[in-house]
Amino acid sequence: MISPVDVFLWGALPYIAVAILVTGLIWRYRYDKFGWTTRSSELYESRLLRWGSPMFHIGLLVVLMGHLLGLFIPDSWTAAIGVSETVYSFLAISLGVAAGVLTYAGIALLVWRRRTTGPVFLATTVNDKFMYVFLVAALTLGLATTLINASTLHYNYRVDVSPWVRSLFVFQPEVALMARTPIEYRIHAISGLVLFAIVPFTRLVHAFTAPVHYLFRPYIVYRARDPRNIGTAALRPGWKRSDV
Amino acid sequence: MRVMAQICMVMNLDKCIGCHTCSVTCKQTWTSRPGVEYVWFNNVETRPGQGYPRRYEDQERWRGGWKLTARGRLVPKAGGRMRRLASIFANPLLPNIRDYYEPWTYDYNALFDTPAGDDFPVAAPRSLISGERMDNITWSANWDDNLGGMPQHEGDDVVLQRIQDKVRMELEQTFMFYLPRICEHCINPSCVASCPSGALYKRVEDGIVLVDQDRCRGWRMCVTGCPYKKMYFNHRTGKAEKCTFCFPRIEVGQPTVCSETCVGRLRYIGVLLYDADRAPAAAATPREQDLYPAQLDLFLNPHDPDVRRAAEAAGIPHDWIQAARRSPVYDLIATYGVALPLHPEYRTLPMVWYVPPLSPVVEAITASGHDGEDYRNLFGAIDTLRIPVSYLAELFTAGDPAPVELALRRLAAMRSHRRRINLGEPVDPEIAASVGFDVEKLDAMFRLLSLAKYEERYVIPTAAAGDVRSLEETALSGCSLDYEGGPGMGGTESSGPFGEASGRPAPQAVETFHVLRQRQTSESAADTSGHEGRINLLNWDGRGLPEGLFPYRAKGGARGGQVDRGEDLGAEPGEISERGERGES
Repeated sequence: MISPVDVFLWGALPYIAVAILVTGLIWRYRYDKFGWTTRSSELYESRLLRWGSPMFHIGLLVVLMGHLLGLFIPDSWTAAIGVSETVYSFLAISLGVAAGVLTYAGIALLVWRRRTTGPVFLATTVNDKFMYVFLVAALTLGLATTLINASTLHYNYRVDVSPWVRSLFVFQPEVALMARTPIEYRIHAISGLVLFAIVPFTRLVHAFTAPVHYLFRPYIVYRARDPRNIGTAALRPGWKRSDV
Repeated sequence: MRVMAQICMVMNLDKCIGCHTCSVTCKQTWTSRPGVEYVWFNNVETRPGQGYPRRYEDQERWRGGWKLTARGRLVPKAGGRMRRLASIFANPLLPNIRDYYEPWTYDYNALFDTPAGDDFPVAAPRSLISGERMDNITWSANWDDNLGGMPQHEGDDVVLQRIQDKVRMELEQTFMFYLPRICEHCINPSCVASCPSGALYKRVEDGIVLVDQDRCRGWRMCVTGCPYKKMYFNHRTGKAEKCTFCFPRIEVGQPTVCSETCVGRLRYIGVLLYDADRAPAAAATPREQDLYPAQLDLFLNPHDPDVRRAAEAAGIPHDWIQAARRSPVYDLIATYGVALPLHPEYRTLPMVWYVPPLSPVVEAITASGHDGEDYRNLFGAIDTLRIPVSYLAELFTAGDPAPVELALRRLAAMRSHRRRINLGEPVDPEIAASVGFDVEKLDAMFRLLSLAKYEERYVIPTAAAGDVRSLEETALSGCSLDYEGGPGMGGTESSGPFGEASGRPAPQAVETFHVLRQRQTSESAADTSGHEGRINLLNWDGRGLPEGLFPYRAKGGARGGQVDRGEDLGAEPGEISERGERGES
């Protein structure tokens, strides 16, 4: 039985979250390019960061890849290349647990460092603390879901969670599929969607300007002064700016 | 040949008295803000010494600049693109704040708030990084000024370690000079090459290397990339900042703040034309000692008609080419050959050059009882005082003593030659000839190094004529980085919704800017109301009645604001008399 709450959570919330994410990113890019930064605290402290930050970031990238694979590759495809469900779930769970534990250990170290290193704590804004709550919540719930799945082993999320996610992209959300999943999956999904929605308004935005283009550009960058910025006085009607 | 023009600087180290005026005025102009307390775009180091940040020249540790691969390709010494991205989450080559120094303030309030007692209150130092009380201040940007703490720290000078000389303690008495440093605005900048965002760039028009504050994402690779450690990380805004060569001033033909305020008048600013096509090859010169001649070879002679034609064809404005012909920098570097680049072995092709100091040599001879201004004595001393020369060579020519010796000999010859004239002795053309000059050339060099006036030391063409309108306004409205929380002289209290300095920049000079613009572009009086009730009397042209300039006048009554104020004042004499009574009792 699909309740109105289910319809909202699995039929509307994903679109709301993504809409906030996209408009938020566009708005922030236009409104606040200057504030769009990692706000790195490595200058203050590097001993703990040297371990915590790569653990967290690399773990998170693997977690992200795992989500993409699990949610967007139908089980029929993996079966077609000869990967049985048992093998797949063993691989997914072992990789997921490893990456999840790595990410979790990383963020634990980073949060501990942030709290105990004076200068880093001083540089922590209210916004950061707010963001950490949602980030850690999503990570905790995700890791918990994976661990529960690993310990019970009789739930295959590719049967309903993944089709639900794919159905969102064709604007035919199959609410019923998600509504019947175990509670931990549903809570994790909500926490993830909420995290999407707050990303544009936190320092997490730096992920959207990951410098991939660095690999493809020449080392030295030249830029000329922008000719459009020549002269700020408004032109009067009938007058044309001289090229001289 | 692709001709490019660059504004560059030469500093005459013989004249530097280590007064730090350049550092202080630069800091007042650019880095007197939270987040960059520890940053000195211009700093003055005592040599021998560790420099700022400590031991920045130790590239085995910091891996700044470029290196040549086995196949002769240039890559950043800290690694190419993949390596840079791989260390983006944690960069082990990033200096810690303590490698610079922990900035501090003092608890000045303690001087006022402490209750009366037997002991004088003390303003204890407080860290600007952690907010904690500091027991001891142990380092700063010039802690080893004038060889302070030298016996303790002498082993920490990277250059001194490299020349491995035994006569170190003697050196403390005979050999010391100051080295003012700003960003080198290199032709082959490794900071630009290290920036993953592409926010750092070299300006085509004048070669100034700048950070696009809107594109910088705080990946902090530039700090590692720069071998001179002149890239800084603003720890509050999370963005990179660097010396701007005071581009808002340069664009309107004014020298940089450090040059303008230099009491020794030791800085020269001018245009150099160079061949950008040959720059990569020059930076990849195999032997480090050949990098100085290779870079010298890049500079084009502005007096050569072919060069001028090529420059014209490359779109360099006519007044820039004219300025290049009068460039004091070109003369010191190429015509007289007395200016040398700082650490050419970093392969960045730096564009702030130095005239090496002769004074330590002169002082050494004079101290030993000989005539310190006789050119034969001086020449002999340059040859025999091996420590200064090899030290200077490690700084300026990657260890090759010949160019340093030549520069010092020319300075020595100039000194002897001018002394003869001063004392009324006949001119000895032999002196000029001994350094490959004629008397006129030696006199011209003397004039440039000693007497040159403001207009001769700073030959700065303004930005292209087409830009003049906008540049006038830039100069009038302050610096373009000048907004609250931004990298300019912004306010300190504001914190945007997403943490420090986020949000749309609100220009601090906004009232000046708008009032001036309105007056320039409209026929009515400037409307000065609405700027938060504040009036800038410097801008007020006497037209109109800006709100807030005069006291509030009550409606409907004959008594105006003046009278009201009088009544207010009337209450005060009572207080005063009360105090007076207390005083009498």
